[in-house]
Amino acid sequence: MTRKQRRLVLLSVGLGVLGVAAGLVLTALTDSIVFFNSPTDVIEKHVRPDTRIRLGGLVQPGSVVKSDDLHIRFEVTDGNKAIPVTYQGILPDLFREGQGVIAEGKLDGAGVMKADSVLAKHDERYMPKEIEDSLKKQGHWKDDYAAKKTGGAAAQSGTAKVQ
Amino acid sequence: MIAELGHYALVLALALALVQSVVPLVGTRTRDPVLMQVASPTALVQFVFVALSFAALTACYVTSDFSILNVAENSHSQQPLIFKLTSVWGNHEGSMLLWVLILAFFGALVAAFGNNIPAALKASVLAVQSWIAVTFYLFILLTSNPFARLPNPPFEGRDLNPILQDLGLAIHPPLLYLGYVGFSISFSFAVAALIEGRIDAAWARWVRPWTLAAWMFLTLGIAMGSYWAYYELGWGGWWFWDPVENASLMPWLAGTALLHSALVMEKREALKVWTILLAILAFSLSLIGTFLVRSGVLTSVHTFATDPTRGVFILAILIAFIGGSLAIFAWRASSLKQGGLFAPVSREGALVLNNLLLTTACATVFVGTLYPLALEALTGAKISVGAPFFNMTFGPLFLPILLAMPFGPMLAWKRGDLLGVAQRLVWAYAAGAVVAAAVYAYTWGGPVIAPFAIGLSAYVIVGALVDIAERIGLMRLPLAVVARRAAGLPRASWGTAIAHLGVGLTMLGVVCEMNWGAERIGMVKPGAVLSLRGYDLTFDGTSMREGPNYRELIGHFTVRRDGNVITVMEPTKRNFAAREMGTTEAALYSRGASQLYVSLGDPSPDGAIAVRIYHKPLVLLIWIGALVMTFGGGLSLSDRRLRVGAPKPAKAKSKTALQPAE
Repeated sequence: MTRKQRRLVLLSVGLGVLGVAAGLVLTALTDSIVFFNSPTDVIEKHVRPDTRIRLGGLVQPGSVVKSDDLHIRFEVTDGNKAIPVTYQGILPDLFREGQGVIAEGKLDGAGVMKADSVLAKHDERYMPKEIEDSLKKQGHWKDDYAAKKTGGAAAQSGTAKVQ
Repeated sequence: MIAELGHYALVLALALALVQSVVPLVGTRTRDPVLMQVASPTALVQFVFVALSFAALTACYVTSDFSILNVAENSHSQQPLIFKLTSVWGNHEGSMLLWVLILAFFGALVAAFGNNIPAALKASVLAVQSWIAVTFYLFILLTSNPFARLPNPPFEGRDLNPILQDLGLAIHPPLLYLGYVGFSISFSFAVAALIEGRIDAAWARWVRPWTLAAWMFLTLGIAMGSYWAYYELGWGGWWFWDPVENASLMPWLAGTALLHSALVMEKREALKVWTILLAILAFSLSLIGTFLVRSGVLTSVHTFATDPTRGVFILAILIAFIGGSLAIFAWRASSLKQGGLFAPVSREGALVLNNLLLTTACATVFVGTLYPLALEALTGAKISVGAPFFNMTFGPLFLPILLAMPFGPMLAWKRGDLLGVAQRLVWAYAAGAVVAAAVYAYTWGGPVIAPFAIGLSAYVIVGALVDIAERIGLMRLPLAVVARRAAGLPRASWGTAIAHLGVGLTMLGVVCEMNWGAERIGMVKPGAVLSLRGYDLTFDGTSMREGPNYRELIGHFTVRRDGNVITVMEPTKRNFAAREMGTTEAALYSRGASQLYVSLGDPSPDGAIAVRIYHKPLVLLIWIGALVMTFGGGLSLSDRRLRVGAPKPAKAKSKTALQPAE
């Protein structure tokens, strides 16, 4: 086999694999990505029920209701709008009222989100970037909801960066 | 005082690195051996200074000197000593200091033990290594000074993030960094070879041990991180396809490809250009990983405080190194001579296929990790790419890798006999088919894909064993001869088979855990029993305990099987006062390679408590497989032929007829 033929074989196999990979990536991207929305987005964009979304915001203080069989209901707010969320299971350690949270799941017909995963932040200094951005957009950054975070040593951290 | 000394030592290391990045290169241009020899002592002394700097920061942590901002923010006087020590790198500044410490350490190793490398190449390698060092010293000194003082020192520190207060922090970051940064050596060798315009099989021989060592550390580091996440985060997941995890997986995939292509280059002088490119890519991906984790582009437990200037700085480093090295590559690669010819069906061909698939898999991970960032930067839309994406792309690409894996080592160099190898692997297919059928029958009605994947793992494992059996002539030759052959078989061959076997084990664990894990969540009151997979867990109530810097709520569970008590499990919830933050400490009970996993949720006012119980069949194989892979790498590394750096023509006449052909 000459060098030229070898190169041709290599090239065609390589292109074949890349083609398959590109196909896989494209199908996967159309099927399995999830958009992040703030409560205001959900209402303004009229997100359809049964679309998988990530909802991010702060847990509305006083909205958390827990029942016996680990059913939890709470509201996620960005200061303007609030979306009720239901979840069954154990909440992360850092889930707290007035703190950032991301819920992933689908809206039902009544506009209640049925979440199958709830993420809270890892550190009291850290707020998910999506939530930080959407709060800023709503003009609520650093007011009542986020006031806690601006104090103390957090002044050195990026979560308190100047708008 | 100690802090200022540490700071000063770091500045001195920067000065030495500046000298080391220029003078040896001038030496190679002017062919002045004295200038070239400057590289080794500067590399050694540079390491000493960085080590001093690191020791100074450690001393500040041990003595809880809260006048240092970094210590005040990440330590607490009541932390146990081990966590005071690990806190040193449990934050952005300290972890960057660890990064440069390891970088300098590798540079010093090349300087100290690279005596058989030609002087000019060694000088260039150390100079390139020093370019990296200079940028990272500057990064630390200008944007992330770990020694900054506070004008009004607090009385008490803010404590380390409780999630990080675990033995995992002592092991995971150093191992991961040894892996990440270890690829800097392959990178330096690649760039040095491009600068020199000369590359040969000997080059691959020098590079391979470094790559192998880095790969081993990275394998261990990733496995350790995964196990840590598994037991610490309290929901039993061991891999989340989190961008930060992907950031470590990408260099691992590229590094694995590099290991294999360097093999072709060493033995057959082929794939030169490709190997150089892979060496550049592996370290570039390590840099991208550092950027993703350290810049604050992503937020996760790995990103400590974020600061935009740091992100811009690392991005600049990234562009300079990746862009620069690829530019040199584009400019010089064509001057490298072509290597040996081989047929598509041959050991080389199999290794090319391996490289093709691994790099493509790496590319899909890259797309999945960076697409959301790119999309947000371009359109502002925020998306998340999660496990389904990676399962759909990474999975199908890994399938042919596993199928081809047993074939590769059994094919001959240059021109292989595919049919012959296929016949010799008959035991592997048989094992795979039998296991798949048995699992399918046992889980009748379940998904077909899982038994198939189990069968595939069995095929990979048995395939690795067949490779060894064939080489030592097991079942064909008298036992005495087999023993002699086994003893004479190069350790690299053992290493290959064992590492491949490890892949099969990991795969087995992954498939079992994903398909047959069982979960129960419930609210329990004292005396209640939860049952899962034949285990009955009785909740005996809770108690409180004081830790050094936390209080913990302990749940007591008695585990019974068929009415007999087999163990007691005590998951806890810890509350750290300094940060008003809690962590969940799961209780694990291993039975063989399977585990029972119990973690606590929130207690309710009426005395009940939320509990999560998992049964995870063969889950430990995931990490055992990684250990086996590393062990295989270690065996290969200990092969005499690798340690003897200089190329030596094969002494054909000294080999007896019984020596196995490679």
